[in-house]
Amino acid sequence: MAIVEVKGLTKSFNGKTKAVDDVSFEVYEGEIFGFLGPNGAGKSTTINMLTTILKPTSGTAKVCGYDIIKQPSEVRRSVGIVPQEYTADEDLTGYENLMLCADLYGIPRSVSKQRAIELLKLVELEEASKRKVDTYSGGMRRRLELACGLVSRPKLLFLDEPTLGLDVQTRVAVWNYIKKLKEEYGMTLFLTTHYLEEADSVCNRIAIIDHGKILKIGAPNELKESLGGDLIEIEVREQGEDLSGILSSLKHVKEVRKKDSTYFVRTEKGEEVAPEIIETIRIRGFHMSKIALTKPTLDEVYLEYTGRKLREEQASWEETMAVQRTLKRARA
Amino acid sequence: MQQNNSLNDPPVEVNKSPLHGLWALTNRELKKWYKAPFILLMSLVQPFIWLALFGKAMNISAIFTGGSFNIPGLNIPKEVLNQLGKEIMKSTFGTSDYFSFLAVGMLSFITLFTAMFSGMSIVWDRRLGFLNKVLGTPVARGVIPMSKVLNAIVRSLIQATIVLMIATFLGMDVSNITLFGILGTFSALFLMVLGFSSFFVMLALRSKSWETQQAIMNLLNLPLLFASNAMFPAAFMPEWLQPIVKINPVSYATDISRQMLLGAPGMASLAFDFLYLGTFAISLATVGIILSWKFLSK
Repeated sequence: MAIVEVKGLTKSFNGKTKAVDDVSFEVYEGEIFGFLGPNGAGKSTTINMLTTILKPTSGTAKVCGYDIIKQPSEVRRSVGIVPQEYTADEDLTGYENLMLCADLYGIPRSVSKQRAIELLKLVELEEASKRKVDTYSGGMRRRLELACGLVSRPKLLFLDEPTLGLDVQTRVAVWNYIKKLKEEYGMTLFLTTHYLEEADSVCNRIAIIDHGKILKIGAPNELKESLGGDLIEIEVREQGEDLSGILSSLKHVKEVRKKDSTYFVRTEKGEEVAPEIIETIRIRGFHMSKIALTKPTLDEVYLEYTGRKLREEQASWEETMAVQRTLKRARA
Repeated sequence: MQQNNSLNDPPVEVNKSPLHGLWALTNRELKKWYKAPFILLMSLVQPFIWLALFGKAMNISAIFTGGSFNIPGLNIPKEVLNQLGKEIMKSTFGTSDYFSFLAVGMLSFITLFTAMFSGMSIVWDRRLGFLNKVLGTPVARGVIPMSKVLNAIVRSLIQATIVLMIATFLGMDVSNITLFGILGTFSALFLMVLGFSSFFVMLALRSKSWETQQAIMNLLNLPLLFASNAMFPAAFMPEWLQPIVKINPVSYATDISRQMLLGAPGMASLAFDFLYLGTFAISLATVGIILSWKFLSK
C-alpha cells in the first residue's frame, strides 16, 4: 500500500527555476525508499514539500493518507523528520531537546517522559542525556536527531542525508541505529543520501533524481540490471574456433563480443552463467588463462543517468553554508 | 488523533490546541538565559553600570546648589540658591534629583533593548535549521513569532524589576511609590515590549543574515532612546525634535512610569499615554504576527 503518493509535484522559485519539475512517484508502506541525486537536484525541496515546510507551485501529494496542501497539520502529525543539519539546541541538554520536540508535537508529558527515556536508551545516549549538546560528537548529535524524529512515533520518517560528514565507523553505527529503530517501531523510511553504497545496501527502492526530475526508479538490483547485467571476461590461451556463437546461445546471455583472445559476455545472473561458460569452453578443448565477473555498481547506474560531466556547484549559497556547518559539527 | 503504529504502544491523545508548543518554545529561549549564569549576570551588570556610572555621574542637581555657583556682585544666601536649584530641578525633571529621573528612563531603555534582541534569535533559528524543524511539526505557524515576543516580554519585565531594585538601592526617590504605581508602570512596559518585539521579529523573519538585523538594531536603538524623554525632558528639547519625541512610543512608556513611580507631572495625561501605547502595541503585534504567520506559511 502506498504511504506517499506524489502527483505532478512542481516547485519553482522566483517564478522561473524549477527545482522540482512535475514529479510523480509512490512510496510503499514499510519500505526504505531512497532519493539519490547530485547537489541541487531537488531532493531537499521535494522533502520540504512532502513535510509541508514548502508549498508546491503545482501538483500535490498524499502523505499517510492526508493531502499536503489541504491537511498540512495532519501530515505533520503523522511524519517525523531528521533534517540534514544538526538542529538540536546546543545550549540545552539532550534530554531537554527531546522533550522540546515532544512538546512541539503536543505529546502529554506523562507519555513523552517515558518515550524520551526509551529512545535515549535505544540510541545509547542515556549517560550523555544530562549534558549540553555542544559537548556532543557528530555521531551523538545525529543519534539525538534520530531520537527527536521518532518521539512522535511517526508512521513515516524522513531522513535527509543522515550520515553526511560522518566517518565510516560512525556511518555504519548510525545505520545500525536506524535499522534497529525501524524494527522497533515499524515505520516507513524515506531518505536521501550521497553515499551510493549506503543506498544500495539499505534501500528497498531507489529514485534517481536530477534537475528536478525523476530519471529512474526501482529496486537497486533492477536498476543495476537495467544497465544490461553482469559482465564476464574470459581470456583463452589457444587461438582457433570463435566461440561467440555458442556462448551467446546460452541461457540469460545477452551479448558476446570478442577482442583478440578475450570474450566479453554481457549477461544476467552472472554467477549462474559463469560455470556454464567454463564448462562450454572446456568441452571444446580450450584452456582459460583468466576469468573475471563484474557486477554493475550503483555508481555506474547513477553516472549513467545523471551523466558523467563534472558539475558546477548547483546548490545555493545558503545550502552550501548549511552543508559546511553540518560537516564541521560532524567532525567536532 | 491516534498514533499507534508501534507494536506495544497504546494510542496517545495529543494536544491539538492552536497554542500548543507556545510555552515549550518560549521556555527554550528563557532557558538559555536563566540556565547560563554568565549571560544572566551580564544582563544584570549592564543596567547596574548604566545606573551607577551614568546616573550618578550626571549629578545635575549638584550644579544648582549654592556651593557651586553664585552671581558676582549679588550676595545671595546659599539657602536661597539651594531652594532655587531645587525648584529648577523640580520644574525641569519633575523630581529633585536627576538620578531618579534617569532611573525611570532606564526601565524603558532596558525594555527597548531586550525587545530589539527578540529578532536576533529567529535569524539564528533560520540559519541553523531549527526554524525548518519547527515548521515540520504540528505547531501553528503563528506560535513561532508569538514565542519570541513572549520571551522578550518575560525577560524584559524581569530585567526591569531588577533595574528598579538596583535603582532603589542606589538611592532613587521612592517616596511616591505605590503598588498601583508599580503595576501601572509594568503594564506600560509590557505594552512597549509587545509592540517593539513584534515589529523586530517581523523584520527578522525577512532578513536572511544576522548582520542585517544587527545593523537595523544599531541604527534604531540610540535614536529611539535619545529622541524620547527617557534621558531628558521633552519640553526642553528643540522645536523640531519635539514632534518626533511625541510619536515615539518610548516617550509614552517613560511618561507613564514617571507619573506613576515618581509622581512627576507628565507630558500627557495617563489616559492618553495608555491609549497611545496600547494602540501602538496592539496594532504592531497584530500586524507583526499576521505577517510572520503568512511569511512562514509560504
